Amino acid sequence: MAKFEIENLNLWYGSHHALKHVSLSIEALKITALIGPSGCGKSTLLKTLNRMNDLVEGCRITGRVLLDGQDVYGGMDTSLLRRRVGMVFQKPNPFPMSVYDNVAFGPRTHGIRGKARLDDIVERSLRAAAIWDELKDCLKKDALRLSGGQQQRLCIARALAVEPEVLLMDEPTSALDPISTSRIEDLVVSLKQNYTIIIVTHNMQQAARISDRTAFFLLGELVEYGDTEKLFSLPRDKRTENYITGRFG
Amino acid sequence: MSARAKSFAARLLVYAGASFSMTVLLFIMGYILVRGIPHLSPALFAWEYNSENVSLTPALINTLYMTVLSLAFAVPLGVGAAIYLSEYAKRSSRLVKVVRLTAETLSGIPSIIYGLFGALFFVVTLRMNLSLMAGALTLSIMILPLIMRTTEEALLAVPDAYREGSFGLGAGRLRTTLKIVLPSAAPGILAGVILGIGRIVGETAALIYTAGTVPEAAENLLDSARTLSVHMYSLASEGLHIEEAYATAVVLLATVAGINALSAWTAGRLGRRSNGQI
Repeated sequence: MAKFEIENLNLWYGSHHALKHVSLSIEALKITALIGPSGCGKSTLLKTLNRMNDLVEGCRITGRVLLDGQDVYGGMDTSLLRRRVGMVFQKPNPFPMSVYDNVAFGPRTHGIRGKARLDDIVERSLRAAAIWDELKDCLKKDALRLSGGQQQRLCIARALAVEPEVLLMDEPTSALDPISTSRIEDLVVSLKQNYTIIIVTHNMQQAARISDRTAFFLLGELVEYGDTEKLFSLPRDKRTENYITGRFG
Repeated sequence: MSARAKSFAARLLVYAGASFSMTVLLFIMGYILVRGIPHLSPALFAWEYNSENVSLTPALINTLYMTVLSLAFAVPLGVGAAIYLSEYAKRSSRLVKVVRLTAETLSGIPSIIYGLFGALFFVVTLRMNLSLMAGALTLSIMILPLIMRTTEEALLAVPDAYREGSFGLGAGRLRTTLKIVLPSAAPGILAGVILGIGRIVGETAALIYTAGTVPEAAENLLDSARTLSVHMYSLASEGLHIEEAYATAVVLLATVAGINALSAWTAGRLGRRSNGQI
């Protein structure tokens, strides 16, 4: 079943045409990887899904983005949308406060009060992000003093705390060492039981390792989209083949 | 010159610069302390001023009033304006540029001109007479650009990644500003407030014509009130109480140090509390 249905999406930053006639259907409870060289529009596409592009000056969008059949740009409340569609950023960005407060920030934003309930959400989220065992004894610790990999898993826990349906990940491991990267990859794979995951990566091995479906972008166009195994073994488009064999990018 | 010699020369220059500025500061402080402390007599701290004891207590009290009152006007306005400029207005908008330019121009105006304006507007036109209120309003206009600019810089220095993280969780602009951006910017804002306090406490020109020179503790907002700096200025310009002027300077230094320590402590507490409640 399609979680996101993207129909003929065009996006401009000022006069720069960043996404060109993109149509794409994202399946629920799968990992979809968006790959392509820098500046191909993959992160831009990710940010249209939870309307983070609204914050960019001079950004203009045509076409439709449907979440469970509802138009994201048709008067949907952005706060509600971002609650349903969580985001993890390229550089770990925990807030300068304690581990606990980081995770509880989202639930509190959406009106959840009461220590027992928050305690429960914090524990569940940290467990889901596979970092509970490391952090359960230092929930009061300043999040900025964690290691990079821990910070990123904390950010994943923070995103999970508002119980989203979709998780957008914008190159979540590009700032991390190989060990932290492999931990996050394992985590992402385990999360797909409950969440639809869309991950932007410029690491093709990563896309091949963890994703079910892969979309290849070039200069704002969707070149090829299909099952990951097929796309990597038998690419239909010459440009896809050139990219995944490392001829450019 | 070899690389080693160059780096040695550079280091020498840096140390020389640092120690020179330290020396100047220590010399001034030392000079004032040495000349002032011997004249710190109990009479100088008498509750009531008279021309014999030239007591500084009323002026000290007035200084505190003046500081609190001026900050009460300037900080909410300045911080509010800065929040608008950095968090709400479009970053490339014309309005932002005009406001910024205005603030910069205002902060370059000599304080005597603020004094003149305050005298004409608050004292005469609004009939406040020479009063604590007129002085505080004048000073708050004077330090408003300073508070606004330093706050804006502190807000702009907060990484956008924090804002993105907060928006990405569904938080609105207000919550993001209050719970994420402001606490991170608190130390920078405080630095601006401390600079503002320094200017309030040290101001004379703008106050002589707005708050007047009555050497008694103000009993209400419309009483004329001289602050420590004005008091010092009076003592020194009359020429009869130079020693007491030095003693007053010692108290002025101690007051500024005290106020700064207090605001650092308050900000520390505020930061902690707001973090705990987010």
